[in-house]
Amino acid sequence: MAKNEIDAVTGTATTGHEWDGIKELNTPLPRWWLWTFYACCIWAALYMVAYPAWPLVSSYTSGLLGYSSRANVAADMAALQALRGEKAALLAKADLADIEKDQALLAFARAQGRAAFGDNCAPCHGSGATGSKGYPNLNDDDWLWGGTLDALHQTIQYGIRSGNAQARENQMPAFGKDGTLKKDEIVQVANYVLSLSGQPTRQGVDLAAGKQLFADNCAVCHGEDAKGNQELGAPNLTDRIWLYGGDEASLVETITNSRGGVMPAWADRLDPVTIKALAVYVHTLGGGR
Amino acid sequence: MVPPPMNMPVKPPVAALDAPLYEAAKKNYPQSVHGRFRTVKWVLMAVFLGIYYLLPFVRWDRGPNSPSQAVLVDLPNRRFYFFFIELWPQEVYYFTGLLVIAAMVLFLMNAVAGRVWCGYACPQTVWTDLFYAVERWIEGDRRERMKKAKEGLTARRVGELALKHSIWLVIAWWTGGAWVLYFADAPTLVKDLATFQAPMVAYAAIGILTFTTYTLAGHMREQVCIYMCPWPRIQAALTDEWALNVTYRYDRGEPRTSIKKAADLRALGQKAGDCVDCLQCVAVCPTGVDIRHGAQLGCIQCGLCIDACDAVMAKVGRPTGLIAYDNDVNIERRLAGEAPIYRFVRARTIIYTGVIALVGAVMLYTLSTRTLIDINVLHDRNPLFVALSDGSIRNAYTIRFLNKRSDLRTLELTASGVPIPTLHVIGEEPASRTIVAVGPDQTREVRVLVTVPPAARIEKSNAITFTVRDVDSGDTATVGDHFFGP
Repeated sequence: MAKNEIDAVTGTATTGHEWDGIKELNTPLPRWWLWTFYACCIWAALYMVAYPAWPLVSSYTSGLLGYSSRANVAADMAALQALRGEKAALLAKADLADIEKDQALLAFARAQGRAAFGDNCAPCHGSGATGSKGYPNLNDDDWLWGGTLDALHQTIQYGIRSGNAQARENQMPAFGKDGTLKKDEIVQVANYVLSLSGQPTRQGVDLAAGKQLFADNCAVCHGEDAKGNQELGAPNLTDRIWLYGGDEASLVETITNSRGGVMPAWADRLDPVTIKALAVYVHTLGGGR
Repeated sequence: MVPPPMNMPVKPPVAALDAPLYEAAKKNYPQSVHGRFRTVKWVLMAVFLGIYYLLPFVRWDRGPNSPSQAVLVDLPNRRFYFFFIELWPQEVYYFTGLLVIAAMVLFLMNAVAGRVWCGYACPQTVWTDLFYAVERWIEGDRRERMKKAKEGLTARRVGELALKHSIWLVIAWWTGGAWVLYFADAPTLVKDLATFQAPMVAYAAIGILTFTTYTLAGHMREQVCIYMCPWPRIQAALTDEWALNVTYRYDRGEPRTSIKKAADLRALGQKAGDCVDCLQCVAVCPTGVDIRHGAQLGCIQCGLCIDACDAVMAKVGRPTGLIAYDNDVNIERRLAGEAPIYRFVRARTIIYTGVIALVGAVMLYTLSTRTLIDINVLHDRNPLFVALSDGSIRNAYTIRFLNKRSDLRTLELTASGVPIPTLHVIGEEPASRTIVAVGPDQTREVRVLVTVPPAARIEKSNAITFTVRDVDSGDTATVGDHFFGP
């Protein structure tokens, strides 16, 4: 029973519907809204055809445009490689010693090195390369196997006791476990070592005996002056930096049971440019020689 | 309406306040007008448009390593050049100062003579005025345009419309084109644009600004002022009774009558209003308001109605200035038989001027005394310090040097505040060398190690000061940070 009726109060047409005397004003949606809505419907339909949309049993509809977010990531990664390509090539070509002389190359190597360090080295050496007990601090100037660029490069490539044929390899004897030294002898050596770095020693311990024992057993690797030997990876025992602790108990433990950490050979896992960047990064942390 | 006794002037009703919230736009056909304010507007339009379109081509010699464009926003290199001033991103606070001054100038204008900005200087007004001039030149004056709008489309009419819109689009395109010239070397960019070598973003910016100019100045016109712009609302809240506004002096104009009746009344020695209700003030108004309703939101105070009214008053032999820059205070005073007074020195004008002078002086001072080298420092967070094998304590810093001059500078870095600091700039040989070269108008970041010998007693945290000195000129800059110990 549609009829064109104008509501007196509002001046608006009614829909012609009436319920118990209540009439409905005809206020349709604005035309622009309606057209926007239709446009959205069309857009949605086209979108479903053009892009991946519907899940199937073991796959999904891939859409006519062949869009894939995985392909986007791959393209982005390729673009990143291409972006780095020029500088990465320079880095690959550059002599290790020359990298730090070139401002731009140094910045690039450090940035690459920092990222690689965070991904690969930080679990043991810490995000700030400060290390912890058994894991050397790479910021300081005390190096077991040498702190020159070449030495660092070598260590990172082949690791320490890593099983790699070129790995840094040494073995400190377990003097106590093997029965080479008796308990009181070990205490004597430990106290003698304490005295080398100017630390207080225990009262009543015969330091002269300790010195003799050191000369007989330890000096082969650590040197007569106990300043260590980087060729052998033997630490300097006269300085203030201790990888496993420099107090008497730690020293006794070290002499009795020996110590020996393991570092992987990164040449098996990382590409040569990244290893170069890592060497430069560690070298420029501050302790590099 | 019953005429008031003795033909005394009464204030005409203000523009309807109970108008519906939605109102269909009424198209305006402003009539051409000649006079003082029209001339001022033409001159200002020429000056403003001239500055806008030509400024990018003005050259300014800054030496070999810097651009030679007087005004340049160099986004890729993060630099802003304005004649002798070069600003770096960290000096963006100068723009804060400029904005404060701009706001205060706007307020001051308003306190002195109302919406001067709206009437004469606002880009919306200037470009709309230009577009109206084009429209008038092609389609004729008010009556012709109204007539043509009612008539159907003839071939001639279509031709006129096509010509008008083409010229509008060319102006709009040129407006967008001039805008992008502020962001690159103008002559080069013009050549690149012409040969389609320019970056896509330039064409996109021109396209957008062509569209906005064409739409805002060609089609929306006074709608922008009345419905879109916040300034009329703010202005209404900021004004006072002493500010001069384009005012219909109803003390003189009311009651309105015809020329003949007015002459008759005057012959009888009775008062007659000067307004002859010719509606010329409405006809010339670019926003289509009736100024006789008093100050109102739609009035941009361009003064064209003053020109129109003065011309009519001259013709009917009455004194000009029935519409003039005036205020309600003076109307009341004249009605009361007192002489009008004008007061420009008021608390608000003094405060606005003071703020402008203060901010301007601070900006000038800082601009003229700023150094052209700078140094920023960032302490390593992990580790805070490193104990070396001999007991020395070392801290590492990332230091950035800023050379704001257009030549290569050799800078020497020193540190003070901690005992006997040894500096090592990574990458510089030998290790003791603390001299760094920084390229023209560039920054350089270096890693610096500071070591303090074991003998030095240092606290957990010590203040350290880095000083950078230009080896040649002796200019220095300093920055403070901390040196941490165990």
